[in-house]
Amino acid sequence: MNNLLNSYFVKTHKLEISITIIAVVLFLIYFLGAPHVFTRFPIYRAFMQSMPFFGIIAISATFVVTLGEIDLSFPSIVGITSLIFGIIMTSTGGNFFIAFILATSLGMFAGLVNGLLVTKIGIPSIVATIGTLFFWRGLVNVISQGSGIAIVDVADGTWHHMIFVEKLFGKIPMQFIWFIVLTGLMQWVYRYHKFGNHIHFVGDNKASAQMMGINVDNVKIIAFVQLGFFSALAGIFTMYEMLYFWPTQGEGLMLTTLAAVFVGGTSVFGGKGTIFGTFIGVLIIGSLESGIVALGLSGFYVKFINGLMITVAVTVYALIQRRKN
Amino acid sequence: MAEELLKLQNIYKNFGNVKVLKDVNIKINKGEVVALIGDNGAGKSTLIKVITGVHSPNSGKVFFKEKEVQIKSVAQSRKMGIEAVYQERALCDQQELYRNIFAGREITNSFGFLDIKKQRKEAEKILRDYIGFTSKAITVDSQVMGLSGGEKQGVAFGRSLYFNSDLIVLDEPTMGLSIQETEKVLNFVKGLKNENKSAIFIDHNIIHVYGAADRFIILDRGEVVGEFNKEDISREELVQKMIQLHESGKIKVED
Repeated sequence: MNNLLNSYFVKTHKLEISITIIAVVLFLIYFLGAPHVFTRFPIYRAFMQSMPFFGIIAISATFVVTLGEIDLSFPSIVGITSLIFGIIMTSTGGNFFIAFILATSLGMFAGLVNGLLVTKIGIPSIVATIGTLFFWRGLVNVISQGSGIAIVDVADGTWHHMIFVEKLFGKIPMQFIWFIVLTGLMQWVYRYHKFGNHIHFVGDNKASAQMMGINVDNVKIIAFVQLGFFSALAGIFTMYEMLYFWPTQGEGLMLTTLAAVFVGGTSVFGGKGTIFGTFIGVLIIGSLESGIVALGLSGFYVKFINGLMITVAVTVYALIQRRKN
Repeated sequence: MAEELLKLQNIYKNFGNVKVLKDVNIKINKGEVVALIGDNGAGKSTLIKVITGVHSPNSGKVFFKEKEVQIKSVAQSRKMGIEAVYQERALCDQQELYRNIFAGREITNSFGFLDIKKQRKEAEKILRDYIGFTSKAITVDSQVMGLSGGEKQGVAFGRSLYFNSDLIVLDEPTMGLSIQETEKVLNFVKGLKNENKSAIFIDHNIIHVYGAADRFIILDRGEVVGEFNKEDISREELVQKMIQLHESGKIKVED
């Protein structure tokens, strides 16, 4: 046992192991407290259906948080890119490629704006992205004039609807498959690509990273741009699931998404993080609401327990970190 | 006649209204070790940052191997053959050694994915052969956080040796080191000359500088106020000059 605890894997994966234990305990509680719900498939299908919408953004946001930066504007980027997607889809009679390319390009442009404000103008990211949060949502309201857009006629039953949100073998929602694939890909980039490596160095110590020849500004800009892209992608997934655009789309994503990143163990101080942790964080945060209700508690407990989870998790990580130093 | 490696001509550098470097002219030959000395705020660090591409000068010319160059980035200066050893400051604490050694010039495949195996293998070689770490507690997977000041310095050195450059820039290489480790560092600097490589270094400790350098350049408030070859000045005289500069703000020119 002692040997196991001191092994290299355990030492270097303390965060991942802690978060996994927390998740297992949580699901055990669900399982024992509401066996009639958690021994059956539908609850898992519901999880697989709903988690990817914020999960994809959480995975992507882990890069920005590892930089020691934050992006609060992604809920509005989801809004504006979904709106554009809806407009193009309906006006072209369902031209998926044009709609997809324009929506994701706009997402990347919104990310670029954030990145430039933070690096070239020098506004702290928390302030800059509060500005763009309001800006993009405001633009959504101005363009949509408060009305929604139905894309059901041009999207339902199409091949793109199928590959985005229909059920594989009639059981597994496609968005969950995409979520798993993207998580794997992003984990690979995060740990083993030059870009992911640079993210860690810039987040760890900006000045040192610069002296080692890393282009700090570019790394930050690309991080914001990819988050813009994945926000747009999450918006498109939501559009296919709902077949409808509504002007508040994306609102409400902010807290669950960032909570998943922090519960997952990525340090708000930058330099250290884990994509796997964020993935588990998504499973935890995304299951709380249904889990709590299934356990027989009223819906009023959801936020309370959510808050408790986040606070406990970040306290555990802070203690692990302090012992190290 | 010695072959010229690096020449700075009329270099000016301001940060806002603060003139940090004023009309600096220096030259470094191949196989020569030059020490930059001066008080805090004399502009030593800024000058070496101009050489390594961290800062661009506001005006003035830089020549490397007798060709005019504009060093715009650290990556570029490294490519030309200028390697900086910035003490422990140029290492990132929470990252593993094998990542630190190759940060900014990772060994990758054509898609930009790291060749972790090769980086670890090369890092291992640097730790054992170039730096001479024998402790089992330090491996290529160690985080920099757990290393002593001397060990961090060693890693920074090992890195510069491995990348085989023409000019090595050393920022306070002996600060915070034990006597034994200091000796190692100075031997390393002397060893450079045998390979016809050059070095420029900053150090507060004139005693260290004297032993290892061929030439001394004294900076004061952004200007070069004195330049001496080792054969023309004894250690005591050099110390005297620095005290004099400190007290009166200028160096007496003797004829």
